[in-house]
Amino acid sequence: MEHFLSLFVKAVFVENMALAFFLGMCTFLAISKKIQTAIGLGIAVILVLAITVPVNNLIYTGLLKEGAMTWISEDFATVDLSFLGLLTYIGVIAAMVQILEMVLDKYVPSLYNALGVFLPLITVNCAIMGASLFMVERDYNLGESVVYGVGAGLGWALAIASLAGIREKMKYSDVPAGLQGLGITFMTVGLMSLGFMSFSGVSL
Amino acid sequence: MSEIKNVLTEPLFNKNPIALQILGICSALAVTTSLQVTLVMCLAVIAVTSFSNVGVSLIRNHIPNNIRIIVQMIIIASLVIVVDQVLKAFAYEISKQLSVFVGLIITNCIVMGRAEAFAMKNGPVLSFFDGVGNGLGYSVVLIVVATIRELFGAGKLLGVEILPLVTDGGWYQSNGLLLLPPSAFFIIGLFIWALRSWKKDQVEEPDFKILPNTEHSGGH
Repeated sequence: MEHFLSLFVKAVFVENMALAFFLGMCTFLAISKKIQTAIGLGIAVILVLAITVPVNNLIYTGLLKEGAMTWISEDFATVDLSFLGLLTYIGVIAAMVQILEMVLDKYVPSLYNALGVFLPLITVNCAIMGASLFMVERDYNLGESVVYGVGAGLGWALAIASLAGIREKMKYSDVPAGLQGLGITFMTVGLMSLGFMSFSGVSL
Repeated sequence: MSEIKNVLTEPLFNKNPIALQILGICSALAVTTSLQVTLVMCLAVIAVTSFSNVGVSLIRNHIPNNIRIIVQMIIIASLVIVVDQVLKAFAYEISKQLSVFVGLIITNCIVMGRAEAFAMKNGPVLSFFDGVGNGLGYSVVLIVVATIRELFGAGKLLGVEILPLVTDGGWYQSNGLLLLPPSAFFIIGLFIWALRSWKKDQVEEPDFKILPNTEHSGGH
Protein backbone atom coordinates (compact mmCIF):
# COMPACT_ATOMS: atom_id res chain seq x y z
CA MET A 1 0.00 0.00 0.00
CA GLU A 2 2.72 2.38 1.05
CA HIS A 3 4.63 1.57 -2.11
CA PHE A 4 1.62 2.49 -4.28
CA LEU A 5 1.04 5.73 -2.38
CA SER A 6 4.62 6.85 -2.84
CA LEU A 7 4.49 5.92 -6.54
CA PHE A 8 1.31 7.96 -6.89
CA VAL A 9 2.73 11.07 -5.21
CA LYS A 10 5.88 10.68 -7.27
CA ALA A 11 3.88 10.51 -10.51
CA VAL A 12 1.76 13.54 -9.65
CA PHE A 13 4.33 15.94 -8.24
CA VAL A 14 7.95 14.85 -8.39
CA GLU A 15 7.89 13.45 -11.92
CA ASN A 16 5.17 15.65 -13.27
CA MET A 17 4.60 14.74 -16.93
CA ALA A 18 4.29 18.32 -18.14
CA LEU A 19 6.69 20.23 -15.92
CA ALA A 20 9.48 17.74 -15.30
CA PHE A 21 9.47 15.74 -18.56
CA PHE A 22 7.89 18.29 -20.91
CA LEU A 23 5.45 15.78 -22.34
CA GLY A 24 2.23 16.84 -24.00
CA MET A 25 3.69 20.32 -24.41
CA CYS A 26 2.04 21.12 -27.74
CA THR A 27 -1.47 20.76 -26.37
CA PHE A 28 -0.29 22.14 -23.04
CA LEU A 29 0.65 25.45 -24.63
CA ALA A 30 -2.01 25.57 -27.32
CA ILE A 31 -5.10 24.74 -25.24
CA SER A 32 -4.47 26.56 -21.99
CA LYS A 33 -6.13 29.87 -22.70
CA LYS A 34 -9.30 29.11 -20.72
CA ILE A 35 -9.65 27.27 -17.39
CA GLN A 36 -12.87 25.56 -18.49
CA THR A 37 -11.42 23.84 -21.56
CA ALA A 38 -8.15 23.13 -19.77
CA ILE A 39 -9.96 21.18 -17.06
CA GLY A 40 -12.02 19.27 -19.66
CA LEU A 41 -8.85 18.27 -21.48
CA GLY A 42 -7.22 17.35 -18.18
CA ILE A 43 -10.06 14.96 -17.33
CA ALA A 44 -9.85 13.36 -20.76
CA VAL A 45 -6.11 12.81 -20.32
CA ILE A 46 -6.61 11.20 -16.89
CA LEU A 47 -9.23 8.83 -18.35
CA VAL A 48 -7.14 7.81 -21.33
CA LEU A 49 -3.95 7.37 -19.30
CA ALA A 50 -5.73 5.29 -16.66
CA ILE A 51 -6.87 2.89 -19.40
CA THR A 52 -3.97 2.78 -21.87
CA VAL A 53 -1.05 2.34 -19.47
CA PRO A 54 -2.42 -0.87 -17.86
CA VAL A 55 -3.57 -2.22 -21.25
CA ASN A 56 -0.15 -1.61 -22.77
CA ASN A 57 1.37 -3.20 -19.70
CA LEU A 58 -0.70 -6.36 -20.27
CA ILE A 59 0.29 -6.45 -23.93
CA TYR A 60 3.94 -5.93 -23.13
CA THR A 61 4.18 -8.59 -20.43
CA GLY A 62 1.86 -11.02 -22.23
CA LEU A 63 2.99 -10.74 -25.84
CA LEU A 64 5.97 -8.55 -26.61
CA LYS A 65 8.58 -9.11 -23.91
CA GLU A 66 11.29 -11.70 -24.50
CA GLY A 67 9.88 -15.07 -23.47
CA ALA A 68 6.49 -13.52 -22.72
CA MET A 69 4.58 -15.93 -24.92
CA THR A 70 5.51 -19.09 -23.02
CA TRP A 71 1.89 -19.26 -21.87
CA ILE A 72 0.91 -20.24 -25.41
CA SER A 73 3.57 -22.87 -25.90
CA GLU A 74 7.12 -23.58 -24.71
CA ASP A 75 8.40 -23.07 -28.26
CA PHE A 76 7.91 -19.33 -28.00
CA ALA A 77 10.33 -18.93 -25.09
CA THR A 78 12.98 -17.23 -27.22
CA VAL A 79 10.70 -14.94 -29.22
CA ASP A 80 11.41 -11.27 -28.57
CA LEU A 81 8.92 -8.91 -30.16
CA SER A 82 9.81 -5.82 -28.17
CA PHE A 83 10.90 -3.97 -31.33
CA LEU A 84 7.23 -3.91 -32.29
CA GLY A 85 6.51 -1.96 -29.12
CA LEU A 86 6.18 1.53 -30.57
CA LEU A 87 3.81 0.43 -33.29
CA THR A 88 1.66 -1.55 -30.86
CA TYR A 89 1.40 1.14 -28.21
CA ILE A 90 0.32 3.82 -30.63
CA GLY A 91 -2.20 1.40 -32.13
CA VAL A 92 -3.59 0.60 -28.69
CA ILE A 93 -3.78 4.28 -27.80
CA ALA A 94 -5.57 5.18 -31.03
CA ALA A 95 -8.00 2.29 -30.61
CA MET A 96 -8.64 3.04 -26.92
CA VAL A 97 -9.36 6.67 -27.63
CA GLN A 98 -11.77 5.64 -30.36
CA ILE A 99 -13.56 3.16 -28.06
CA LEU A 100 -13.66 5.62 -25.19
CA GLU A 101 -15.20 8.17 -27.53
CA MET A 102 -17.97 5.75 -28.55
CA VAL A 103 -18.66 4.62 -24.96
CA LEU A 104 -18.83 8.17 -23.67
CA ASP A 105 -21.07 9.18 -26.56
CA LYS A 106 -23.50 6.38 -25.71
CA TYR A 107 -23.54 6.41 -21.91
CA VAL A 108 -22.22 9.79 -20.70
CA PRO A 109 -23.20 12.24 -23.44
CA SER A 110 -22.73 15.26 -21.17
CA LEU A 111 -19.03 14.50 -20.64
CA TYR A 112 -18.69 13.60 -24.32
CA ASN A 113 -20.01 16.99 -25.36
CA ALA A 114 -17.85 18.78 -22.82
CA LEU A 115 -14.68 17.11 -24.10
CA GLY A 116 -15.62 17.64 -27.74
CA VAL A 117 -12.70 17.77 -30.14
CA PHE A 118 -10.07 17.18 -27.43
CA LEU A 119 -10.81 13.50 -27.14
CA PRO A 120 -9.56 12.48 -30.62
CA LEU A 121 -6.65 14.92 -30.29
CA ILE A 122 -5.37 13.00 -27.30
CA THR A 123 -4.07 10.25 -29.60
CA VAL A 124 -1.19 12.50 -30.58
CA ASN A 125 -0.56 13.83 -27.09
CA CYS A 126 2.96 12.73 -26.19
CA ALA A 127 2.09 12.47 -22.49
CA ILE A 128 0.01 9.37 -23.24
CA MET A 129 2.67 7.68 -25.35
CA GLY A 130 5.36 8.81 -22.91
CA ALA A 131 3.64 7.22 -19.94
CA SER A 132 3.46 3.87 -21.74
CA LEU A 133 7.13 4.08 -22.69
CA PHE A 134 8.16 5.00 -19.14
CA MET A 135 6.08 2.08 -17.86
CA VAL A 136 8.07 -0.29 -20.07
CA GLU A 137 11.41 1.33 -19.27
CA ARG A 138 10.84 1.10 -15.50
CA ASP A 139 9.35 -2.41 -15.55
CA TYR A 140 6.14 -1.64 -13.69
CA ASN A 141 3.78 -4.50 -12.95
CA LEU A 142 0.01 -4.29 -13.55
CA GLY A 143 -0.90 -2.72 -10.19
CA GLU A 144 1.91 -0.19 -10.41
CA SER A 145 0.96 0.79 -13.95
CA VAL A 146 -2.65 1.52 -12.92
CA VAL A 147 -1.41 3.79 -10.14
CA TYR A 148 1.20 5.35 -12.41
CA GLY A 149 -1.33 5.99 -15.19
CA VAL A 150 -3.81 7.75 -12.92
CA GLY A 151 -1.07 9.68 -11.14
CA ALA A 152 0.62 10.87 -14.32
CA GLY A 153 -2.74 11.97 -15.74
CA LEU A 154 -3.65 13.83 -12.57
CA GLY A 155 -0.30 15.61 -12.52
CA TRP A 156 -0.72 16.70 -16.13
CA ALA A 157 -4.29 17.90 -15.51
CA LEU A 158 -3.14 19.84 -12.46
CA ALA A 159 -0.39 21.53 -14.45
CA ILE A 160 -2.60 22.57 -17.38
CA ALA A 161 -5.35 23.86 -15.08
CA SER A 162 -2.93 26.03 -13.14
CA LEU A 163 -1.28 27.33 -16.32
CA ALA A 164 -4.72 28.26 -17.69
CA GLY A 165 -5.45 30.12 -14.45
CA ILE A 166 -2.25 32.12 -14.75
CA ARG A 167 -2.86 32.90 -18.43
CA GLU A 168 -6.36 34.15 -17.72
CA LYS A 169 -4.92 36.61 -15.22
CA MET A 170 -2.11 37.56 -17.56
CA LYS A 171 -4.45 38.71 -20.31
CA TYR A 172 -4.66 42.03 -18.52
CA SER A 173 -0.92 42.51 -18.17
CA ASP A 174 1.20 44.75 -20.31
CA VAL A 175 3.59 42.33 -22.00
CA PRO A 176 6.36 43.47 -24.42
CA ALA A 177 5.16 43.05 -28.03
CA GLY A 178 7.59 40.30 -29.04
CA LEU A 179 6.83 38.24 -25.95
CA GLN A 180 3.07 38.50 -26.40
CA GLY A 181 1.30 35.13 -26.44
CA LEU A 182 3.66 32.20 -26.93
CA GLY A 183 6.82 33.85 -25.58
CA ILE A 184 5.45 34.86 -22.21
CA THR A 185 3.73 31.48 -21.88
CA PHE A 186 7.09 29.78 -22.20
CA MET A 187 8.48 32.00 -19.44
CA THR A 188 5.51 31.24 -17.21
CA VAL A 189 5.84 27.51 -17.72
CA GLY A 190 9.56 27.81 -16.94
CA LEU A 191 8.78 29.48 -13.61
CA MET A 192 6.09 26.87 -12.84
CA SER A 193 8.56 24.14 -13.64
CA LEU A 194 11.08 25.71 -11.24
CA GLY A 195 8.38 25.69 -8.59
CA PHE A 196 7.59 22.03 -9.19
CA MET A 197 11.27 21.19 -8.81
CA SER A 198 10.99 21.94 -5.12
CA PHE A 199 9.13 18.63 -4.84
CA SER A 200 12.12 16.75 -6.16
CA GLY A 201 13.58 16.20 -2.70
CA VAL A 202 10.39 14.59 -1.44
CA SER A 203 10.60 10.87 -0.90
CA LEU A 204 8.00 8.79 0.84
CA MET B 1 13.25 24.96 -58.45
CA SER B 2 12.35 28.14 -56.64
CA GLU B 3 9.39 26.31 -55.15
CA ILE B 4 11.70 23.73 -53.62
CA LYS B 5 13.95 26.44 -52.26
CA ASN B 6 10.91 28.10 -50.83
CA VAL B 7 9.56 25.09 -48.92
CA LEU B 8 13.09 24.41 -47.72
CA THR B 9 13.87 27.83 -46.30
CA GLU B 10 10.47 29.15 -45.21
CA PRO B 11 10.27 26.99 -42.05
CA LEU B 12 13.70 28.13 -40.85
CA PHE B 13 12.70 31.54 -39.58
CA ASN B 14 9.51 32.71 -41.27
CA LYS B 15 7.35 29.75 -40.31
CA ASN B 16 9.44 28.09 -37.65
CA PRO B 17 7.64 24.97 -36.39
CA ILE B 18 8.56 25.60 -32.76
CA ALA B 19 8.45 29.36 -32.51
CA LEU B 20 5.35 29.98 -34.61
CA GLN B 21 3.40 26.81 -35.33
CA ILE B 22 3.67 25.44 -31.72
CA LEU B 23 4.67 22.03 -33.06
CA GLY B 24 7.13 19.55 -31.61
CA ILE B 25 7.90 21.33 -28.41
CA CYS B 26 7.85 18.26 -26.16
CA SER B 27 11.12 16.76 -27.30
CA ALA B 28 12.68 20.15 -27.99
CA LEU B 29 13.04 20.75 -24.28
CA ALA B 30 14.16 17.50 -22.79
CA VAL B 31 17.02 16.51 -25.09
CA THR B 32 18.89 19.81 -25.16
CA THR B 33 21.26 19.43 -22.20
CA SER B 34 24.13 18.38 -24.44
CA LEU B 35 24.87 19.33 -28.02
CA GLN B 36 25.85 15.85 -29.15
CA VAL B 37 22.56 14.26 -28.11
CA THR B 38 20.69 17.16 -29.68
CA LEU B 39 22.42 16.73 -33.04
CA VAL B 40 21.47 13.05 -33.13
CA MET B 41 17.89 13.90 -32.20
CA CYS B 42 17.75 16.54 -34.98
CA LEU B 43 19.01 14.06 -37.57
CA ALA B 44 16.42 11.53 -36.42
CA VAL B 45 13.60 14.05 -36.67
CA ILE B 46 14.72 15.30 -40.10
CA ALA B 47 14.88 11.73 -41.38
CA VAL B 48 11.45 10.80 -40.05
CA THR B 49 9.73 14.00 -41.16
CA SER B 50 11.07 13.91 -44.70
CA PHE B 51 10.49 10.21 -45.36
CA SER B 52 7.08 10.09 -43.71
CA ASN B 53 6.12 13.05 -45.89
CA VAL B 54 7.24 11.10 -48.97
CA GLY B 55 5.36 8.00 -47.84
CA VAL B 56 2.14 9.81 -47.10
CA SER B 57 2.39 11.86 -50.26
CA LEU B 58 2.87 8.77 -52.46
CA ILE B 59 -0.36 7.14 -51.31
CA ARG B 60 -2.31 10.32 -50.61
CA ASN B 61 -4.84 9.66 -53.35
CA HIS B 62 -5.62 6.17 -52.07
CA ILE B 63 -6.13 6.90 -48.36
CA PRO B 64 -9.80 6.97 -47.35
CA ASN B 65 -10.39 10.22 -45.55
CA ASN B 66 -11.79 8.86 -42.29
CA ILE B 67 -8.92 6.52 -41.50
CA ARG B 68 -6.12 8.79 -42.71
CA ILE B 69 -4.82 9.51 -39.21
CA ILE B 70 -4.24 5.83 -38.52
CA VAL B 71 -2.57 5.30 -41.90
CA GLN B 72 -0.25 8.26 -41.30
CA MET B 73 0.44 6.96 -37.81
CA ILE B 74 1.50 3.57 -39.12
CA ILE B 75 3.86 5.05 -41.71
CA ILE B 76 5.41 7.29 -39.07
CA ALA B 77 5.65 4.56 -36.44
CA SER B 78 7.39 2.18 -38.84
CA LEU B 79 9.96 4.85 -39.75
CA VAL B 80 10.58 5.63 -36.09
CA ILE B 81 11.16 1.95 -35.34
CA VAL B 82 13.78 1.89 -38.11
CA VAL B 83 15.49 4.98 -36.67
CA ASP B 84 15.34 3.52 -33.17
CA GLN B 85 16.92 0.24 -34.26
CA VAL B 86 19.65 2.04 -36.24
CA LEU B 87 20.50 4.20 -33.21
CA LYS B 88 20.62 1.18 -30.93
CA ALA B 89 22.98 -0.55 -33.34
CA PHE B 90 25.37 2.30 -34.10
CA ALA B 91 25.09 4.80 -31.23
CA TYR B 92 23.99 2.81 -28.23
CA GLU B 93 25.19 5.31 -25.60
CA ILE B 94 23.31 8.19 -27.17
CA SER B 95 20.19 6.12 -27.69
CA LYS B 96 20.26 5.35 -23.93
CA GLN B 97 20.46 9.07 -23.17
CA LEU B 98 17.59 9.86 -25.50
CA SER B 99 15.59 7.13 -23.72
CA VAL B 100 11.91 7.46 -24.55
CA PHE B 101 12.31 10.53 -26.73
CA VAL B 102 13.17 8.61 -29.89
CA GLY B 103 9.89 6.74 -29.52
CA LEU B 104 8.13 10.01 -28.89
CA ILE B 105 9.03 11.22 -32.40
CA ILE B 106 5.87 9.30 -33.38
CA THR B 107 3.74 11.71 -31.43
CA ASN B 108 5.93 14.68 -32.32
CA CYS B 109 3.41 17.05 -33.78
CA ILE B 110 5.82 18.28 -36.46
CA VAL B 111 5.76 14.92 -38.24
CA MET B 112 2.02 14.48 -37.95
CA GLY B 113 1.30 18.14 -38.64
CA ARG B 114 3.36 18.26 -41.83
CA ALA B 115 1.96 14.95 -43.09
CA GLU B 116 -1.55 16.25 -42.55
CA ALA B 117 -1.05 19.84 -43.71
CA PHE B 118 1.43 19.44 -46.56
CA ALA B 119 2.02 15.89 -47.75
CA MET B 120 -1.69 15.14 -48.16
CA LYS B 121 -1.93 17.90 -50.77
CA ASN B 122 1.43 17.88 -52.59
CA GLY B 123 3.65 15.60 -54.65
CA PRO B 124 6.39 13.43 -53.17
CA VAL B 125 9.40 15.56 -54.19
CA LEU B 126 8.01 18.77 -52.81
CA SER B 127 6.83 16.96 -49.67
CA PHE B 128 10.31 15.57 -49.13
CA PHE B 129 11.82 19.03 -49.10
CA ASP B 130 9.05 20.37 -46.92
CA GLY B 131 9.91 17.64 -44.42
CA VAL B 132 13.62 18.48 -44.57
CA GLY B 133 12.84 22.19 -44.21
CA ASN B 134 10.65 21.73 -41.17
CA GLY B 135 13.14 19.33 -39.64
CA LEU B 136 15.80 22.01 -40.13
CA GLY B 137 13.61 24.69 -38.58
CA TYR B 138 13.21 22.45 -35.57
CA SER B 139 16.95 21.81 -35.51
CA VAL B 140 17.82 25.52 -35.57
CA VAL B 141 15.95 26.13 -32.32
CA LEU B 142 17.25 22.96 -30.69
CA ILE B 143 20.87 23.65 -31.60
CA VAL B 144 20.70 27.22 -30.32
CA VAL B 145 19.19 26.06 -27.02
CA ALA B 146 21.62 23.15 -26.64
CA THR B 147 24.66 25.33 -27.39
CA ILE B 148 23.67 27.86 -24.74
CA ARG B 149 22.84 25.19 -22.18
CA GLU B 150 25.95 23.11 -22.63
CA LEU B 151 28.37 26.03 -23.00
CA PHE B 152 27.22 28.02 -20.00
CA GLY B 153 25.94 25.11 -17.94
CA ALA B 154 28.88 22.77 -18.21
CA GLY B 155 31.56 24.91 -19.91
CA LYS B 156 31.84 22.43 -22.76
CA LEU B 157 30.76 22.01 -26.37
CA LEU B 158 30.41 18.49 -27.78
CA GLY B 159 32.30 17.30 -24.71
CA VAL B 160 35.34 19.55 -25.41
CA GLU B 161 36.17 22.05 -22.68
CA ILE B 162 35.71 25.65 -23.84
CA LEU B 163 35.34 27.56 -20.60
CA PRO B 164 37.57 26.03 -17.87
CA LEU B 165 35.48 25.52 -14.73
CA VAL B 166 36.40 26.83 -11.30
CA THR B 167 36.16 23.29 -9.95
CA ASP B 168 38.92 22.21 -12.37
CA GLY B 169 41.13 25.19 -11.51
CA GLY B 170 39.81 27.42 -14.30
CA TRP B 171 38.01 30.75 -14.04
CA TYR B 172 34.44 30.01 -15.14
CA GLN B 173 31.78 29.53 -12.48
CA SER B 174 29.22 27.29 -14.18
CA ASN B 175 25.55 28.12 -14.07
CA GLY B 176 23.83 25.01 -12.75
CA LEU B 177 20.36 26.33 -13.56
CA LEU B 178 21.05 25.87 -17.26
CA LEU B 179 21.36 22.14 -16.83
CA LEU B 180 17.98 21.94 -15.11
CA PRO B 181 14.81 21.47 -17.16
CA PRO B 182 13.21 24.92 -16.60
CA SER B 183 16.08 26.78 -18.27
CA ALA B 184 15.00 25.37 -21.63
CA PHE B 185 11.71 27.22 -21.32
CA PHE B 186 13.43 30.53 -20.60
CA ILE B 187 15.85 30.12 -23.50
CA ILE B 188 13.09 29.24 -25.97
CA GLY B 189 10.99 32.12 -24.63
CA LEU B 190 13.87 34.51 -25.21
CA PHE B 191 14.52 32.96 -28.63
CA ILE B 192 10.92 33.67 -29.59
CA TRP B 193 11.25 37.20 -28.30
CA ALA B 194 14.38 37.77 -30.37
CA LEU B 195 12.82 36.19 -33.47
CA ARG B 196 9.67 38.26 -33.19
CA SER B 197 11.57 41.48 -32.63
CA TRP B 198 13.33 40.72 -35.91
CA LYS B 199 10.25 39.48 -37.85
CA LYS B 200 7.61 41.91 -36.64
CA ASP B 201 4.73 40.24 -38.50
CA GLN B 202 4.83 37.22 -36.16
CA VAL B 203 3.87 39.27 -33.10
CA GLU B 204 0.52 38.14 -31.65
CA GLU B 205 -2.20 40.66 -31.03
CA PRO B 206 -2.92 41.19 -27.33
CA ASP B 207 -6.48 40.45 -26.15
CA PHE B 208 -6.66 43.68 -24.25
CA LYS B 209 -4.99 46.99 -24.92
CA ILE B 210 -3.86 48.98 -21.93
CA LEU B 211 -4.64 52.61 -22.42
CA PRO B 212 -1.89 55.11 -21.70
CA ASN B 213 -2.31 57.18 -18.54
CA THR B 214 -4.40 60.19 -19.36
CA GLU B 215 -3.17 63.47 -18.09
CA HIS B 216 -5.68 65.63 -16.32
CA SER B 217 -5.17 69.19 -17.31
CA GLY B 218 -7.42 70.67 -14.66
CA GLY B 219 -5.78 70.93 -11.24
CA HIS B 220 -7.48 69.44 -8.21
